[in-house]
Amino acid sequence: MKIRVEVKRRPEVADPQGATVLRALHDLGFSEVQSTRFDRTITIELDGSDPEVARSRVEEMCRRLLANPVIEDYVIEVEP
Amino acid sequence: MTGAPSRMKIAVVVFPGTNCELDTVQVLAALGAEAELVWHRQPDLDRFDAVVLPGGFAHGDYLRTGAIARFSPVMDGVAALAESGRPVLGICNGFQILCEAGLLPGAFIANSGLSFICRMVEVEVASSTSALTAHTLPGQMMRLPLNSYEGNYVDPSLIGRVVMRYTDNPNGAQGGAAAVANEAGNIVGVMPHPERASDRLLGSTDGLALLEGFIASAATVAG
Repeated sequence: MKIRVEVKRRPEVADPQGATVLRALHDLGFSEVQSTRFDRTITIELDGSDPEVARSRVEEMCRRLLANPVIEDYVIEVEP
Repeated sequence: MTGAPSRMKIAVVVFPGTNCELDTVQVLAALGAEAELVWHRQPDLDRFDAVVLPGGFAHGDYLRTGAIARFSPVMDGVAALAESGRPVLGICNGFQILCEAGLLPGAFIANSGLSFICRMVEVEVASSTSALTAHTLPGQMMRLPLNSYEGNYVDPSLIGRVVMRYTDNPNGAQGGAAAVANEAGNIVGVMPHPERASDRLLGSTDGLALLEGFIASAATVAG
């Protein structure tokens, strides 16, 4: 089974990389761009066939390691 | 007390990727402490009076700085030592590890200018009630070398107690935080390197007062 975890920095926490790329896009003439944020995607392959069990395991992985609850949120997506 | 005061035993933790452990041991020893390298698989630090997590790139800084190091067995020992009131100091990467472990509030993100900063910076002591700043005075200026890419401190909870701040905030740290302590003051993280400001040849000796204060804080707890 394949699961995608998207780890996103909370909107109120600065993203210096996103801010720099935003400036570069404006310099290139893409003036319509309002913001750019860099998220992290982690693709996990795991054993098992029950999507709900897998989701709750990955949930625990996120809480314990994959995301830092101080500055990040996460979204878990089980691939069909 | 009779006889010579006993030397403080200080553990200096080595993770895979730590690279400031020998500098740290050398300076602590020069200041009279008995500093000992401890491998990160060691779970028990109870025989030590204090512990230092030195700088480097523990576990390659993968995922997030300090994110994997916090699960090393030694962190149980660090937490127990902190719980008992003994001083815990994280320098640079060690500071990042203490935050990931939840022993200090906050987290680190990339420097606001997105460049690795490697230069002497000026910091001002904001509070002398911490294990690191015990031998300094509020308002005291110091020159310490900064050497980090993820030195930009973020603390949405606003509970981190800033004990030293940058005068020019080179990395965008919240509140200009260069060093942060817990409420009790026995757990401290510092982003610039006091151990590298320990000899005139290195351009500054301002770090000595900080590490002296740290050793003295251990002695006070040890009685």
